[in-house]
Amino acid sequence: MTPDEEREFLRRRKARNWVVLGTLIFFVVLFYAITIVRLGAQH
Amino acid sequence: MASTAPQITAPSVGQALPTEWRDFFALTKPRVMTLVIFTAICGLLAAPGNIHPIIGFTAILAIAMGAGGSAALNCWWEADIDAGMKRTMSRPLPGGRMRREDARDFGIFLSGVSIVVMGLAVGWLAASLLLGAIIYYAVIYTMWLKPRTPQNIVIGGGAGAFPPLIGWVAVTGDITAMPLLLFAIIFFWTPPHFWALALFVQSDYAKVGIPMLPVVAGEKVTRRQIMFYTLLLTPVAIAPWYIGGTSWIYGSVAVVLSALFLVLALPVFTRMRAEVDAMTPEKTLFKFSIVYLFVLFAALVADRVAFYQGWIA
Repeated sequence: MTPDEEREFLRRRKARNWVVLGTLIFFVVLFYAITIVRLGAQH
Repeated sequence: MASTAPQITAPSVGQALPTEWRDFFALTKPRVMTLVIFTAICGLLAAPGNIHPIIGFTAILAIAMGAGGSAALNCWWEADIDAGMKRTMSRPLPGGRMRREDARDFGIFLSGVSIVVMGLAVGWLAASLLLGAIIYYAVIYTMWLKPRTPQNIVIGGGAGAFPPLIGWVAVTGDITAMPLLLFAIIFFWTPPHFWALALFVQSDYAKVGIPMLPVVAGEKVTRRQIMFYTLLLTPVAIAPWYIGGTSWIYGSVAVVLSALFLVLALPVFTRMRAEVDAMTPEKTLFKFSIVYLFVLFAALVADRVAFYQGWIA
């Protein structure tokens, strides 16, 4: 891998990791909210 | 035609580098998803009953993920076909920017998550319908019927017709005549919409051997079929008003739009392509068909919101 390719490799991997992190946080918040709503509906 | 998933060779650099997240996003066919999300929201808003905004949002998200997952599976299966068509040759797989198995795994993962999320948060009837829609599009349409029959678009229309049905069921938890009519509207709308497009891009489909109706049966039959399905669509589009499921708001919009659809389909039906032809009637019908569906479903929501708010009797 040339230095340019390595830089591009790292950039893509970093960008993907950020998207995965964002998606995970989004789903954690969403499932928390769904749980609250579902529990609220049962009371 | 494609009984096994063919091989696409990606450039070596493209394979060595991790796939861009944008390419995963592109696999979900975001433009197609616009219509899926819109009709699903319409089904959700038009249904009688209440749904918590967070559950409603989750239902739409699950439908979008299911549509995205099945689109990714479609891209995986049709990579060689996409490579042969100008419109699709720059997609991530034919463009060599992604490994084929990554697209397949992404599609399966997204589809699976969408069904589980729908089932746990909304209900298992809606989740079952979503599973049915994914199998219908990715397996029955993409893998089985699309390469085998010129009626592929008629059958494929069923896959696109699921979102408003699922949106409705997410609220009510049961299937009644109204959501089935919404399903039927998109089902009968798809053939004239897509065949109008196929008439002016038919050379692309012919090149990759997909048996699109204009390629296999010729223009004359396609034009006749466009008219036939437009005639079927008209009563189906008006039916929600006729059976008392909507008021005059939707009814009048449906009558006007359906009349316009017929008026625009008529020249497509009666004419034949000239040697030098801009295909204006076909392009006009195709563009109008998109407006038709958006306005019809928007009218349905406006009608139902006005009714539930007590603004109309």
